[in-house]
Amino acid sequence: MSKINFLKPDKENLNTYLYSGSFLFFIAIFDVFINSFFEINITAFLPKIVGFLLPLILGIIGLHLIRIEFSGIKNLDLLNKNINTSTFNAVLTLLIIFTLIKSISPIINWFILDANIAGDTKEACTGSGACWTYIKIWLNRFVYGMYPNELQWRINISFILLITLAFVGIIPSEKIKKFLTLYYVIIYPIVAFILIYYLISGGSLGLEWVETGAWGGLSLTFIVSFFCLIFCFPVGMFLALGRRSVLPTVRYISIGFIEFWRGVPLITVLFMSSVMFPMFLPEDFFMDKLVRVIIAISLFEAAYVAEVIRGGLQALPRGQYDAAKSLGMGYWKMHIFVILPQALKLVIPGIANTFLALVKDTPLIFVVGLLEIVGMLNLAKTNPKWLGFAMEGYVFAAIIFWIICYSMSRYSQNLELKYKTER
Amino acid sequence: MSDSIIKINGVNKWFGDFQVLKDINLEVSSKQKIVVCGPSGSGKSTLIRCINRLEEHQKGTIIVDGTELSENTKNIEKIRAEVGMVFQQFNLFPHLSILDNCTLAPIWVKKMPKKQAEELAMQQLKQVQIVDQAKKFPGQLSGGQQQRSAIARALCMQPKIMLFDEPTSALDPEMIKEVLDAMVNLAKGGMTMIVVTHEMGFAKEVADEVIFMDEGMIVEKQPTKSFFANPKSDRTKLFLSQIL
Repeated sequence: MSKINFLKPDKENLNTYLYSGSFLFFIAIFDVFINSFFEINITAFLPKIVGFLLPLILGIIGLHLIRIEFSGIKNLDLLNKNINTSTFNAVLTLLIIFTLIKSISPIINWFILDANIAGDTKEACTGSGACWTYIKIWLNRFVYGMYPNELQWRINISFILLITLAFVGIIPSEKIKKFLTLYYVIIYPIVAFILIYYLISGGSLGLEWVETGAWGGLSLTFIVSFFCLIFCFPVGMFLALGRRSVLPTVRYISIGFIEFWRGVPLITVLFMSSVMFPMFLPEDFFMDKLVRVIIAISLFEAAYVAEVIRGGLQALPRGQYDAAKSLGMGYWKMHIFVILPQALKLVIPGIANTFLALVKDTPLIFVVGLLEIVGMLNLAKTNPKWLGFAMEGYVFAAIIFWIICYSMSRYSQNLELKYKTER
Repeated sequence: MSDSIIKINGVNKWFGDFQVLKDINLEVSSKQKIVVCGPSGSGKSTLIRCINRLEEHQKGTIIVDGTELSENTKNIEKIRAEVGMVFQQFNLFPHLSILDNCTLAPIWVKKMPKKQAEELAMQQLKQVQIVDQAKKFPGQLSGGQQQRSAIARALCMQPKIMLFDEPTSALDPEMIKEVLDAMVNLAKGGMTMIVVTHEMGFAKEVADEVIFMDEGMIVEKQPTKSFFANPKSDRTKLFLSQIL
């Protein structure tokens, strides 16, 4: 057994180095941990500056001792290779770990430990953390907007039906699979429209009419996003094809359309749709505010989708067009069976990007007086009985949007995997 | 010749200011096999791409199987369905399996029932010996297998004429033979073929006539034997001395 040299850890006294190194490392972590969570300072007896730097110094020494190349222990080698290659690397690793520990504690405190959820007035919130009572009391409004309470079952039933119908695709039957595209592209949107028109809007079949101005909250977010997504995609696809058309008229109209809508801010488009647009219509012609908003957002986003899809079309090698043509396919057959399936597969990440942006743009419909979830939050935070809870509201909205967007993102990744045919 | 299936008369083509084809005259009769060779940039690929109008010619006439190529889209699609083409880069559709690659055009262009199209495809795949790969995607096959699939795909349209645009130029040497074998078999079956290639061995084996092109012109057109035995022009002699 060779002499133990703490400056140069080697493999021969592996265990000695490993135990002493890990011990120092965990002391360092432990010090920061109890300091942050229980406000106990075990280094209080030391001078202030030394006490402050001690975890870092101990950690560096600890990581130095376990930095043994080719130790033969798989996990240790992995650790050394990834986060402990040099002293500088070790410092970064320690700083990141300490920052995480330090920041987790206030977050947990605000969210859970010091938060209140009981009661149903502002006065129930006594802790220094979040006041979830506020969210609890307003939840109904955040989800359904100003939709009358006693009629909310209509929204519930519509959404439950729509979500159920969305899962038709997982039925493992060859007979059904043939019609899936048709179902999702045409039948499903029509069913959704009928449900929303007859059940949520009402006004016929003995159901009380609820004007769209009263719709709001999360359900409105879903309705607007859903219809904008399904309208902007085909429009964008045709614009993309149009911009690459050999017919000058089609090409210039597409270019003009795309560049116009990409050049104006969404908020002005929405404003125009509600204020200017009705002026150009005949007096007895009425188009609902919500419909106008959905059309406006769809056309706006279609311009973006068009450019994303055009990117995909341009990425395809010319040989694909040649091959399709040489087999006698005309323009539409070539695009439907050969070009678009490949181009759309290529642009799934870009389309997902645009769709996520669309969902997160929906709060802008407040400019025409439609209040989806963020609009409702803004309304609630100005309620005299509930002043001062903007933070809770926005955190809540952020979480909801994150869940929606993350699900969409995961879904797009699944699609990418599903259509992957390369080696 | 009265039974010419392809008649090319005084064809000229320009890419911008650059003239790629200069006064091309060529007649191909049914079941004839023609090999087109020449240095790169000589216009040989452009010539055969003009035959199914993947390129437009600006002057002259091209008549394929009695139909003249013009702006008329219907005619173009009709001719393309009758003329098969095999490309240097295979150009299989990567999102479809080999079988679907072969059945796509018969089903949607020729309106063939799916079952019949699949039977035909399997038969053609058998001819080029890749039946066992039918369910795989192009990306999973070797270059030689891909090119043979591409030949099968073209044959599934039951074309009267087959055009080959340097079918072996993108292949590893050991895969060239399997593709050439498939082409030789096809030639023996009596297909009308125009092949752009540098494989002179193939030309000697199957071609009825060999055409040598340079700078957009047909420099020499002779029956295969005399083309190799006593080429007339000096340019051809030089080319042959370099390539053989």
